[in-house]
Amino acid sequence: MSEPILAISALDAYYADFQALYDLSMHVMPGEVVAIIGANGAGKTTLMRSVSGLIRNAPEAIRYRGEAIGALRADQVAARGIALVPEGRLLFPSLSVEENLLIGGQMHRPGPWSLERIYALFPVLQERRLVPSTALSGGQQQMVAIGRALMANPDLLLLDEISLGLAPVIIKTIYDALPGIVEEGMAAVIVEQDIAKALSVSSRVYCLQEGRTALEGRSDVVTREAIAAAYFGM
Amino acid sequence: MTHAVTRSSRTSRIAAVVGVVLLLGLSAAPWWAGRADMRLMGEIFLYLSLATLWNLLAGYAGLVSVGQQAYVGLGGYALFGLTILVGVPAIWAIPLAGIIGALVAVPVAVLIFRLRGAYFAIGTWVIAEVFRLTAAQVSALGGGSGTSLPADVVRAMAEGRDAREALAYWLALGVAVLVIGLAFAILRSRLGLALTALRDNELAARSLGIDIWRTKFIVYIATAGLTAMIGALIFIQKLRISPDAGFSVNDWTAFVIFIVVIGGIGTLEGPILGTLVFFALRETLADLGTIYLIALGVVAIVVMLRAPSGLWGLIRARAGAELFPISHRVRGETQQGDR
Repeated sequence: MSEPILAISALDAYYADFQALYDLSMHVMPGEVVAIIGANGAGKTTLMRSVSGLIRNAPEAIRYRGEAIGALRADQVAARGIALVPEGRLLFPSLSVEENLLIGGQMHRPGPWSLERIYALFPVLQERRLVPSTALSGGQQQMVAIGRALMANPDLLLLDEISLGLAPVIIKTIYDALPGIVEEGMAAVIVEQDIAKALSVSSRVYCLQEGRTALEGRSDVVTREAIAAAYFGM
Repeated sequence: MTHAVTRSSRTSRIAAVVGVVLLLGLSAAPWWAGRADMRLMGEIFLYLSLATLWNLLAGYAGLVSVGQQAYVGLGGYALFGLTILVGVPAIWAIPLAGIIGALVAVPVAVLIFRLRGAYFAIGTWVIAEVFRLTAAQVSALGGGSGTSLPADVVRAMAEGRDAREALAYWLALGVAVLVIGLAFAILRSRLGLALTALRDNELAARSLGIDIWRTKFIVYIATAGLTAMIGALIFIQKLRISPDAGFSVNDWTAFVIFIVVIGGIGTLEGPILGTLVFFALRETLADLGTIYLIALGVVAIVVMLRAPSGLWGLIRARAGAELFPISHRVRGETQQGDR
């Protein structure tokens, strides 16, 4: 058994003055896709922001490849190979599609991802590469947000609610692209409201409830009943 | 980067041609303009430079400083100190003043970057006051009442008054071209991309590996150095400096903010338009005394209420024009994630 790429232990994290995560522990193995599910307010986004350094915590609470990164700044975390696709996409409205992607690549980490590769993954972005990012549809904007994170050539990709507010057919297109993204060994953590989607693309799942892990298990064996119980605390 | 993004448009190409012709015409001003006109134009160029720098600082890096007079005064005092006390020729003292300004800005930045928002603004003002009080303690440069540039220093700059006036004019024009060119180059570089990203969405920019502190630090230091150089040029024109004149918050920050805000903050064209409006108001109303300042205030309030993105923002919204091809800008997209 190899070492986990991400190991979280006894994480207490705060969203402003409000404690959102209590004594949380979880891990992600290299190349593994882990899903995080849970109701609104369960602490999913706080978890994503903690891992990516946007919320700073105790150093030892979050380890990445064995290094304590809990207290590092977001840019230091990004430089180590963790990329976040933030909830709500948060594209840069002043910049074109291509410039948004180039921002993601400005750390020049070596790896397989380049503008060409992202345009091959999402051909519609190449057609619209000079268009302001705000002129795109929601689904296309989500593709830019994912492409922007991939441009950093991360070893761990964090995807926060990538299907939020999108039409089912668009969600399918984006989820169909995921296997191609992780096939070269990139690990991924997917936060998702759509439980069926989350289970279909992941190998393991954690269910959060009020800032604590209510359920952990293999995605292919965990039952609907167990998830419902963990989700609502029944 | 194999994919070049084309940003120029017909308008920006025409603007480039007009700009070059205009620059040639302005360079020849000593042969076609009177002494008073040249002085006024020189002053316009220096204000244009100050406004462009403040815009870079506040409009792009989000560093709303109300203490840039610290560097104007520092540059002026560096010029007087270097020429009078050290004996450096005035022409060399100008770039040296810029270097001194940048060096002094390093510890200042480390200190005031701990402050945010309104506290940052107040902090910069406090620093400028500290500089002013310190300058008043330097008795070798006249203490609180200030000092004049000695005649031999002035004479060593160029033969005769006309040549000196022409030199001061060219230096002012040169620094304006340098500052605008540099701002343009910065905004089109990777640093500019990072600055724009930071301005658009700080959270997303941070998570993509942009080091905010470093990005803002570079802009602050570069701005401070250039502002000090402009300060040296301002007081080469004035030939006399005092702590109150050098570190005047009205002259070197309030008017500059007025220019940027009415012109259009966060655009390169804004400060140019703002400078023209400011000088048009000043040249027509300055004789009215206090009424002039009231008029400036009224103009500022009306513009802020009716056109929050400035006069240039108004023009761009109507015509979609852009003289400096930097962006493909569209408003909107300010979603924030929840917990």
